Amino acid sequence: MSDALLGGFEQAPLQSSNAFRAALAVLSQPGEIRELQGALPPAPLSVAAGVLLLTLCDGTTPVHLAGGHDCAAVRDWITFHCGAPLVGAEAATFAFGDWTALHPLGRFAIGQPDYPDRAATLIVEMATLTATGAALRGPGIAEVAHLSLPEIAAFQANRALFPLGFDCFFTCGVWVAALPRSTRVEAV
Amino acid sequence: MTAHHDATLADSYNFAYLDEQTKRMIRRAILKGVAVPGYQVPFASREMPMPYGWGTGGVQVTAACLTPDDRLKVIDQGADDTTNAVSIRKFFQRTAGVAVTESTVEATLIQTRHRIPESALTAGQILVYQVPIPEPLRFLEPRETETRKMHELEEYGLIHVKLYEDIARHGTIATAYAYPVKVEGRYVMDPSPIPKFDNPKLSNSPALQLFGAGREQRIYALPPFTHVVSLDFDDHPFEASKAPHDCDLCGASDSYLDEVITDDQGGRMFVCSDTDFCRVRQEAGHLGAMAVPNLAGSA
Repeated sequence: MSDALLGGFEQAPLQSSNAFRAALAVLSQPGEIRELQGALPPAPLSVAAGVLLLTLCDGTTPVHLAGGHDCAAVRDWITFHCGAPLVGAEAATFAFGDWTALHPLGRFAIGQPDYPDRAATLIVEMATLTATGAALRGPGIAEVAHLSLPEIAAFQANRALFPLGFDCFFTCGVWVAALPRSTRVEAV
Repeated sequence: MTAHHDATLADSYNFAYLDEQTKRMIRRAILKGVAVPGYQVPFASREMPMPYGWGTGGVQVTAACLTPDDRLKVIDQGADDTTNAVSIRKFFQRTAGVAVTESTVEATLIQTRHRIPESALTAGQILVYQVPIPEPLRFLEPRETETRKMHELEEYGLIHVKLYEDIARHGTIATAYAYPVKVEGRYVMDPSPIPKFDNPKLSNSPALQLFGAGREQRIYALPPFTHVVSLDFDDHPFEASKAPHDCDLCGASDSYLDEVITDDQGGRMFVCSDTDFCRVRQEAGHLGAMAVPNLAGSA
């Protein structure tokens, strides 16, 4: 059997419900890190990114694969398990890739002034993910939270666009964190 | 699906009733709502097996959020035992097999119609509101194209005029429920028809608050610790009002009260609208003016 057919959810309703709650928890509490398990996507897609893909993407959500993620194994896996159309960065609802591969960020949809929800969600694959580094303030955070963001300036520029802007999930192995556009980021 | 041994669970339904494609669509809308607090995200609301006005929006949000490990509480105007609350609770017992509770502190997910529980919510809890009219500007401007433009431009003068007209007519801001709020200094939001007594609890809550409007096809959200301000004027500041009584059953002076007509001679009593809060207080020995000692308990 082709590898593309393997590694999906075995009990989609239950696994995706647990995965969504983790995704909701990290996005509504920036800096929070949670575990996502249940999918075994082909490299270089991490487990957490694969779980997010199965939980949120389907035939109605154009997906962009950046850099090394745009390989035959990942394309086939997404096509079989989600049926998501694979598109360029400009048309993407979701984009997967390393931080550098996702650049330039200006390509991604930031929503429209009357429909700010029509913005891309970036799933950024990270080498490490820890609750240290950049200081985060804003909705979802009681005082201040910390997250090992790949850079600061890009997220400050993104926050300046609020209520427009893209939203990010950060994945590393089975771990996931998130940074919505509403969060104010400062270097420590 | 795993085999459930709960006899009341209907195995012929997908987990939590909705199909997976629908849940993904709702989940994406919830995530965008969380990313832009107070902004109403359009979503493709489905027909549910209950009429509009009975919480179809809240039910869809709850269905998209539920996990098998959740402990669900459903309240209608604060009460766990009214028709709407009982129906929705049974619906999710049948279609999701989740545990249910009437206790606010034990619940992980609370679906509510028109109240915020009296007991303080805690981190990790989710409060799902049933919303009839999500657009705070709708009764001032019926055209969706115009209200959308007003949100885009932060053009909220009209809603202040409405509050001012209250003052001009009544001498005070007479709006008592669905009192408009401003979220993080950006979007004006309808908190659903909760009494304005509950408005202060919207702000800086440790719990995640999600709002679902089924007929109007909108989802919006307040992440934990979001700054929410009730609109007012410097010389007419916002006031969280309630009936000037203590609860006649539990004696609470700080809870929101329902007025209950007890006979046709003008008799009435005031009782907590939050039945769980009132019950816990009575069990702890707090008794109001019209409370009857619990004979079963003292026997």
